[in-house]
Amino acid sequence: MTDTSTQPSGPVLAADGTPLKRSLNRALRRQKIRALMLIAPLLLFILITFIWPIAQMLFRSVENQIVSDVLPSTVASLADWDGAEGTTPGDETFYALTQDLMAAVVRKDHTRLGSRLNYETTGISSLFRKSGRKVDDMGEVYTDQFVGLDDAWEDPATWVALMADLRWVAAQSEWDGEGDEPAFRLNADAANALPKTAAAYQTFATTIQIEDNDSPTEEEPWNTVYLALYADLSADASTQVDGAQSELIATAAAEVGSFETEDLRASFVDIDEDWDTHDTWSTIKTYSPDLTNGYFLNAVDLQKTPDGSEWRPENEQIYIELFWRTLLMSFAITASCILLGYPVAWLLANLPMRSANILMILVLLPFWTSLLVRTSAWKVLLQDQGVINSLLVWIGVIADDNRLALINNATGTIIAMTHILLPFMILPLYSVMKTIPPTYLRAAKSLGATNWTAFWRVYFPQSVPGIGAGSILVFILAIGYYITPEIVGGTKGVFISNRIAYHISSSLNWGLAAALGSILLALVLLFYWLYDKIVGIDNVKLGG
Amino acid sequence: MKLTKTLLATSYLTLTATMAVSDGHMASEMTIVSWGGAYTASQQAAYHDPYMENTGIAIINDDSSSEGIAKMRAMNEAGNITWDLVDLEAADAIRACDEGLALEIDHDADLAAAPDGTSASEDFGDMIVSECFIPQIVFSTTFGYRTDMLADGAVAPKGACDVFDLETYPGRRGLNRQPIANMEWALLCDGVAYEDVYDILETEQGQEQAFAMLDTIKSETIWWSSAAESIQLLADGEVFMASSYNGRLFAAIVEQDQPFGMAWNWQMFDLDGWVVPAGLSEERLARTMDFLNFATDTQRLADQAKYISYGPARASSAPLVGKHATLGIDMAPHMPTDPNNAENTFVNNYEWWADYRDDLDAKFQAWLAQ
Repeated sequence: MTDTSTQPSGPVLAADGTPLKRSLNRALRRQKIRALMLIAPLLLFILITFIWPIAQMLFRSVENQIVSDVLPSTVASLADWDGAEGTTPGDETFYALTQDLMAAVVRKDHTRLGSRLNYETTGISSLFRKSGRKVDDMGEVYTDQFVGLDDAWEDPATWVALMADLRWVAAQSEWDGEGDEPAFRLNADAANALPKTAAAYQTFATTIQIEDNDSPTEEEPWNTVYLALYADLSADASTQVDGAQSELIATAAAEVGSFETEDLRASFVDIDEDWDTHDTWSTIKTYSPDLTNGYFLNAVDLQKTPDGSEWRPENEQIYIELFWRTLLMSFAITASCILLGYPVAWLLANLPMRSANILMILVLLPFWTSLLVRTSAWKVLLQDQGVINSLLVWIGVIADDNRLALINNATGTIIAMTHILLPFMILPLYSVMKTIPPTYLRAAKSLGATNWTAFWRVYFPQSVPGIGAGSILVFILAIGYYITPEIVGGTKGVFISNRIAYHISSSLNWGLAAALGSILLALVLLFYWLYDKIVGIDNVKLGG
Repeated sequence: MKLTKTLLATSYLTLTATMAVSDGHMASEMTIVSWGGAYTASQQAAYHDPYMENTGIAIINDDSSSEGIAKMRAMNEAGNITWDLVDLEAADAIRACDEGLALEIDHDADLAAAPDGTSASEDFGDMIVSECFIPQIVFSTTFGYRTDMLADGAVAPKGACDVFDLETYPGRRGLNRQPIANMEWALLCDGVAYEDVYDILETEQGQEQAFAMLDTIKSETIWWSSAAESIQLLADGEVFMASSYNGRLFAAIVEQDQPFGMAWNWQMFDLDGWVVPAGLSEERLARTMDFLNFATDTQRLADQAKYISYGPARASSAPLVGKHATLGIDMAPHMPTDPNNAENTFVNNYEWWADYRDDLDAKFQAWLAQ
């Protein structure tokens, strides 16, 4: 006491002289780090193998880079098109499409883009496939005429001298053929004088270097490069370049005015008249941004249009109904699990140990049997000529020509899934009921309660946390189930997850599958939140 | 101390073991993906066993073809291709090619010519529906019916159009839960000429016509999603008639003595064959191509028909088709291509379906749910 009074007021010091507060903080921090280190392996494991892949999958629901990746200049030039009904973009866009498509065909990703856009507008898949086969002929008329003017135009060396940066030429000639050739670099002067040609040549050179391991020094450029050269020279006949090629360019520039020309739009329409429709172009324009909400709109039966969104035609609407059905049937399954599971759990908790153990094994037995076996067994039991119907006919409850439809519909799904998910209801219920002392019931009865009152007013409220835990488990498992509905659900008993599986494994529309999955995840979280608001998550007990 | 030692020793052992395994995989193993069941067994007997004997390379079967294309895409994105060769239906092969998941093949350079010198591309002919696709067999989706459930005095059903005839053939029907084939049958049996089917199916009215035709039997139809299911439906007497693959029906009738009959008219031909995953290392690719060259030659394709009733995709294999390997019956009359079975047939238009599949599938599912 006297010590403290003599001490000047100041920070309390620890034994080593540092302020106690700091030393305490340090000790706590060390403890926290140690704790974190202990959980680090699990945390990292979950982050890397669980959270990250899910996040990546969900990101696909908005990701749409493929359009601008495959058709960069087409997308840029479409910005000038207002997309008005009944119109198609200008010739500039068809020029850009020729350039983009040529490179895409060599990279072999035009068909990927075709399948992507085909999800939105039927027919685009074959449109791209067909056009890809013929695009390398486009602009050939210019190639022939340039070469007709001077054979030097078909010599790769002419082009390299005209287009390549001198440093690249030097690096290329020093390259010993081992590993990759130095990446092609454009000469700045050429880029200024002949902008389109330079862009086309750069695409050509880079693409053949990467895709075919060819060198621009050995390959004659694509027809699209000559097409670009024609476009440059005819736009400005006074184009001049310095160096050895100046004469070549000057001659060509003087002659292009008399060149035979090719109407690119006509060439494309010739391949497929869909190129002349507003629908095709409007789809490309609508889906040109890198991120899209199109998949989410599709997932709720809407479609993306240039001016927002609109309902799909009625004969294509499926998803909202499926979401509803999934929710309603999951509720029905949860409810029947409670009805069937509660008495069993009560028996388990109240029977003598010996018989309770046998009962427990019966409850757990389905856990040890394959899901497919159990589901197929239900098929045998429930079908028209199955065990249950035949038994009922034999007893005389139903007529032979009026057998019950128990399978290939919603009834089948509810019956089979209730059976499969029942243990997830019984086990939490059991573990909660086990902790309710039987003396409470006896006390209630000794105070004059009837059996029902004693159960309903005393026992049941104490078992509610078990019902809560079981319901959450069963509901969340049910909402994402797909194998059982697929096998016993027919057409009226399938869930939204069956469509997700279809889009993942058959149609390969992973974006739509991801959007449907994200909505499903959001629904589960929403119900969890509602549950927390109404029942309170603190009231859930998974064990004693 | 002891624990540390044990741990170290175990990790070392595991590490060397893994390395040995991955080395082994590179040197002498290849993973071939197919459909499983009787089909993989026929490939094992006709291709894999003789090839393993000749070369000492071990072939591992992976029965993942039903989700083959999705897994190929996942592998492709992860940059880790663990499959060497994949068996896919033609429609999926086209998709895989479009998505850049499968390698383009030079059929003449990579595959063996026929014994008489006909080049591979000529020998396969129209069956080469995609640059990535190496055809193997022709199978058909056709109908089976219960002979014991036929009403007294009724004529046995002949084909697809009898499915729509509820008066003569009452009872449930089993159909595949997807638009492909069902839409075509609906139009063909509603009187549309074969040449016009796809043109009409392209239009809204045509699709409505097809759905209207299917509406007449909708309440009597059970929709299956796997081929095994369709056979099971027939075997359990759940349906009177069901569409299924001809090889499965053959196995049920001939090998399991089920009371089924075949109704071949308007069977839909389909193709199944190999694709090579894109992105294999040079060494693995060379090995795969060597296997392909062996497994798709004239004799090997004819051999497969000894074990399963699917027609070989090479024209030159057809005359070599002989008897069933264990039952000793002539296989030719059970082939979908046999003239007695092929009075009216149609070939699934792959390119058309590649375009319209997503659209029609949405409409078909919406129609089913109504």
